[in-house]
Amino acid sequence: MLMETRVRWGVAGAVMVVCAALAGPAAAGETNVAVAANFTEAAKEIATLFSAETEHQAVLSFGSTGQLYTQITQDAPFEVFLAADDDRPAKAIAEGYGVEGSSFTYAIGKLVLWSSEADLVKDQETLKAGDFQKIAVANPETAPYGTAAVEAMKALGVYDALKNKIVQGNNIAQTYQFVETANAELGFVAKAQLAGNESGSRWEVPGDLYNPIKQDAVLLKKGEANDAARAFVAFLRSPAALAVIEKYGYGVESAN
Amino acid sequence: MSIVQALSPEIWTAVRLTIELAALTTAILLVVGTPVAWWLARSRAWWKEAVAAIVALPLVLPPTVLGFYLLVTLGPSGPGGALAGLWGARTLAFTFEGLVIGSVVYSLPFVVQPIRNAFEAMGDRPLEVAATLRASPARAFWTVAVPLARPGFLTGAVLGFAHTVGEFGVVLMIGGNVPGETKVLSVAIYDFVETLRWREANILAGGMVVFAFAVILAMTLIEKRMRRAGE
Repeated sequence: MLMETRVRWGVAGAVMVVCAALAGPAAAGETNVAVAANFTEAAKEIATLFSAETEHQAVLSFGSTGQLYTQITQDAPFEVFLAADDDRPAKAIAEGYGVEGSSFTYAIGKLVLWSSEADLVKDQETLKAGDFQKIAVANPETAPYGTAAVEAMKALGVYDALKNKIVQGNNIAQTYQFVETANAELGFVAKAQLAGNESGSRWEVPGDLYNPIKQDAVLLKKGEANDAARAFVAFLRSPAALAVIEKYGYGVESAN
Repeated sequence: MSIVQALSPEIWTAVRLTIELAALTTAILLVVGTPVAWWLARSRAWWKEAVAAIVALPLVLPPTVLGFYLLVTLGPSGPGGALAGLWGARTLAFTFEGLVIGSVVYSLPFVVQPIRNAFEAMGDRPLEVAATLRASPARAFWTVAVPLARPGFLTGAVLGFAHTVGEFGVVLMIGGNVPGETKVLSVAIYDFVETLRWREANILAGGMVVFAFAVILAMTLIEKRMRRAGE
């Protein structure tokens, strides 16, 4: 009898401990964030800082901006959208998926022409000489870095000559992978993807050759009532997050 | 506006490319798959089921696994790159030829399995009779085994063709979305959906549904008829 009671209390105690562990601190919540592929590494680092600072968790989903936007229009459970452009966040608000007035530029992307071979990429002359078979570009229809790459090639007057050598990555991550595996000798990637990678050869495309890649964030209607979602959007503008964003080679808008 | 007018040349290019890819893949698979199926049906080697399992792998593996290995294999540091070097290219990825190789691997089980089943179903008897009538093994194969296995060949060819038309993940990973070279229908549909061009996406996707339905229905009916004719 005594034994039984003891066991019973023991079980009850264990259950309570487990419940407490699962519940965590009262304020902690979770938010689903859709992240453009180019921002993958920076977003992971920011999410880690975010959970350490606020005890909220950010669950990240990666994809091309176009793909994520399509999913958002189809009721995807995302609460925050970190796009690679400023069109789609604006569109999200206009079409009623985003919260009015919540969008802002969290990063300004930079375009780099990169090859995994040393000495292959020097500067714009590399593009003009066209001494290669395949050049990888993100799909200009869905990926802002692809749009910027096409703009840059047109500005240099090499687009028509290179058109038949272009292979398209479905997003900037796949474009990077085409170059990394050397299936394409070179390609236009995001500077952020090359953070901490000194391999190969590269040329940072001058900013006057393409429209600035303003990457906007927007709080989605689904996250409007979620503290964790609002906290994540606010955290993106904190000095800690800005430091990470700059570390990955993005520009940031001067503090407003 | 008719559907034909609604579809841009870009779409027709994708349709033609898809049909070319599927037809060529099916032809290659019939040539390569038949001896494999024959061996799997007739051999008594203890390790033949291991070979059969390898042939069946693409049924189970996610296309991303095939796509990843193909990307590396077809690339400059793999055998595909060496092969491409013969005509001065660096890689087989992003080319029609590369897609054919990928599709052959991807659709292999869909062709081999039905043909193997057909060879097994006919048993030893017809070949023994042919041998007593002094037919050479080659002659027995062509005049007895192949005609008897006709429903299997038909099923294999139709499934191989249809499955290649339906291929997406592998093409997305090794294709590079080059119009007229690797931008097949499934990828074109994906692009239309991503860019919110749902009218075009709807037309193509609807067309695929009709195509798939027609293929499956036709196959079942023809097979039924052949069975009856065979009895």
